[in-house]
Amino acid sequence: MASSTKHYPNRLGIVGWLLGGRWGLERYMYTLHRVTGLGILFYFVLHILVTSTRALGAEWWEGAMVRVGHPIFKIGEFLVFAAFVIHGLNGIRLIAIELGWAVGKAEEPVYPYRSSLHVQRPVLIGVMIVAAVFLALGGWDFLQVTH
Amino acid sequence: MRETKYWIWHLAAGVLILFLLGLHMAIMHLDSLFGAWGLNPSGGEAIAWNNVVARSRMAAMIVVYIALLGAALYHGFYGLRTIVFELGIGPALQKAVTVGLWTAGLCLFVLGAIAAIAAGRL
Amino acid sequence: MPETSLSNRTIDVYIRRYNPERDARPRWQRFTLAVARGMTVLDGLHRIREEQDPTVVFRYSCRMSVCGSCAMLINGRPALACNTQIADVASERLTLAPLPNFDIIKDLVPDLAPLFQKHRAVQPYIQRADMEEVEKPTGEFYQSPKELERYLQFAYCIKCGSCMAGCPTLAADPEYPGPMPLAQAYRYSADSRDSGFDERKVQAGASHGVFRCHYAGECSNVCPKGVDPARALQLMKRELVLDYLRLRRKRCPASVLRVPGEARRNPDVPAPPPYTV
Ligand code: HEM
Ligand code: SF4
Ligand code: FES
Repeated sequence: MASSTKHYPNRLGIVGWLLGGRWGLERYMYTLHRVTGLGILFYFVLHILVTSTRALGAEWWEGAMVRVGHPIFKIGEFLVFAAFVIHGLNGIRLIAIELGWAVGKAEEPVYPYRSSLHVQRPVLIGVMIVAAVFLALGGWDFLQVTH
Repeated sequence: MRETKYWIWHLAAGVLILFLLGLHMAIMHLDSLFGAWGLNPSGGEAIAWNNVVARSRMAAMIVVYIALLGAALYHGFYGLRTIVFELGIGPALQKAVTVGLWTAGLCLFVLGAIAAIAAGRL
Repeated sequence: MPETSLSNRTIDVYIRRYNPERDARPRWQRFTLAVARGMTVLDGLHRIREEQDPTVVFRYSCRMSVCGSCAMLINGRPALACNTQIADVASERLTLAPLPNFDIIKDLVPDLAPLFQKHRAVQPYIQRADMEEVEKPTGEFYQSPKELERYLQFAYCIKCGSCMAGCPTLAADPEYPGPMPLAQAYRYSADSRDSGFDERKVQAGASHGVFRCHYAGECSNVCPKGVDPARALQLMKRELVLDYLRLRRKRCPASVLRVPGEARRNPDVPAPPPYTV
């Protein structure tokens, strides 16, 4: 601006993605959605590369399957499943919100304020319950397979 | 306006993935259930070679795999682009990121699509 | 009535200080303050200035939550200093810092110029083909209470910047307009008197526009006026999507409601003063 004195930059930066704010549940879901999305993407790229070996024939495929049969990959697969459940269910919530279905109509603000966060909160709770059920079922299946 | 278009496809791809990836996971992990439908004709594990080949011969499975591949690549890479853009990088880097992700995405798509089709012809 | 204004409770007040002429970076300074009943954070800052350190700098004007000058981080959370009672937020320790995501000019004073620039960029005013009617009105525009309700909530915004300080996207992306300007873009586009959506959608639908909002929701959590910017942004996304799919209902901006010709002024009601603008 026109002023000659220096200003001190006070943008939180990428640290703000994780540590800024954090006064509401939705703020944590934002982080979780991002982390799960990136996690699935990372797995997905590897998955394309690994499963493409099937174009090369049975030996290549079976070799690849032996390599990814290691328990560390099994745990990784469960984490990907968990990320998919959370990201997918929360994604439905986000779609409902972002297309304006789950945020309610504009209303006269009367103290104590009730915002769109309150309108969509039941959806968020529902998503968490359904996710917990899926994770429990998936975890049970996972333990069955590994033992 | 372009961003609106990209973003609508991002959401649409998300919905498509929900169904197709759900189906994919069910086939791979609930093998006992799906064996009866001819998706695991040789019995045993869903990832056994004979089952992989048998599924790759089914036209419907090829379509499902390629649709899932395309939708998930688009959805995931658009999401990644979003995150990188939000780092506050300059316009030249933004352009480079967009081009780089399109290139990587198309390469992976071609690779995955070839594998989906070729495995059925072995 | 006995003197009740001063309790004997004292608290520590940590203030983030920064003097651009002397300091390389901000630092914390501790004060002790006797908290009086009903004392707002703004009152406390005045008391510190009067009794302990006249160099503490903060910005305020209306001291009644209308001007939006005094927003700051109060115990780590954006709020209006004039609208926050110390007793409600602190029993032993109060920390005061300038709003993040804005440059610091001095002490508790953030540089809000980028906020106003971004606000201006979304064209926050009624736009229509017959601008003469807006400039030199011959009557009032028709607007039903229902139409008013569609945007009224967002019109309560006082441009304090609290929402901008809570937004994670804005924390790293300076190109993102932020919750306040985008909420105002919706506020005007939802106004039945306006026809400027096609202009505003260029900024709102840009690659650093409203789609960089991921509903972290903190803007609506901290807004001191109940504006709910997060709601406005989602409704803006909806408009952009409907517009792209050609499903957005085109409406003609409200027409002028003319006073019926035969109406006669009640002699007991004085005539309005002449227009000043
Ligand atoms: C199961 C179905 C899925 C649904 C319903 C879904 C939904 C969504 C939605 C609605 C968003 C946008 C969030 C926003 O605008 O803030 C999103 C972001 C994202 N998704 Fe998905 N998604 C799904 C699967 C996937 C998969 C399989 C991947 C990885 C390949 C993925 C990776 C991402 C990434 C990286 C982001 C960006 C996250 C961010 O911007 O914070 N998603 N997803
Ligand atoms: S929306 Fe609320 S928090 Fe944001 S500038 Fe306006 S009044 Fe302040
Ligand atoms: S001094 Fe005006 S809002 Fe606080």
